[in-house]
Amino acid sequence: MLDQDSAYDFYVNKLGFKVHTDAPIGPGARWLTVNPPEQPELEIALMAISEGMMFTRESAESMRKLVAGGTFGFGVFECNDLLATYEELKAKGVEFKKAPTQEFYGFEALFKDDSGNWFSLGQRAK
Amino acid sequence: METYPKVYLYRRIVKAKLFIDDNYACAIDLGDIADEAFFSKFHFIRLFKKTYGKTPHRYLTYVRIEKSKLLLKDEASVSEACYAVGFDSISSFTGLFKRMVGQTPSIYQQQCLSKNQEIKAIPLKYIPNCFAEMNGWIKKSNFQEV
Repeated sequence: MLDQDSAYDFYVNKLGFKVHTDAPIGPGARWLTVNPPEQPELEIALMAISEGMMFTRESAESMRKLVAGGTFGFGVFECNDLLATYEELKAKGVEFKKAPTQEFYGFEALFKDDSGNWFSLGQRAK
Repeated sequence: METYPKVYLYRRIVKAKLFIDDNYACAIDLGDIADEAFFSKFHFIRLFKKTYGKTPHRYLTYVRIEKSKLLLKDEASVSEACYAVGFDSISSFTGLFKRMVGQTPSIYQQQCLSKNQEIKAIPLKYIPNCFAEMNGWIKKSNFQEV
């Protein structure tokens, strides 16, 4: 993520995810995970890209640019009714790269989070 | 402008759902919600249930219970949480809460507060070791601080 507070607002207040664990570690460090309401056992970590043991200053900057540029697609979400979910998320300000479209592999939309990461959103087969 | 069959129906149902999300603490009834979506009550219930798997009333109850869980985690009393989310009877609230969550509000709150205390005291218990190491949140094996 580019910013943890912004990610919290997106995933919790817009997507409707639940906070799984919110553990302050120390100054500027916070372990924050969220989960879809129907999957309490799943943890999605919302971690900001920052210089430290994982990234140098240069690699962190490169990574932030890649994320903001929409390079990464991190997964696939499912919902019961794609059209209703699409209309609701749009009303809440979520940006879609692709509106619901019938593809050969299923009915799918693509949306971006607040950082630029994109996800596929599909409808569960009935 | 993207269109699909019955887009206008979806937008009205979603508008009703968002109305519930925003006004759950008020004394709203089905008529208010159906009016908000410009549907008859019968038609509204049928479409809402088809879209969300719950009747509007059950969805309203679900939202109220979910919001009450957040208040209980924030150390609100059971009665405070009950009235804040729109219930007018503590016994009804407690009964619904237990049916939907599997625990009474008091027990749920105790478990949440206990977990929160543990997270504050031992945060590393909740973080995957590999990740804590990569971020330098773990003491070195010779017990030096990172």
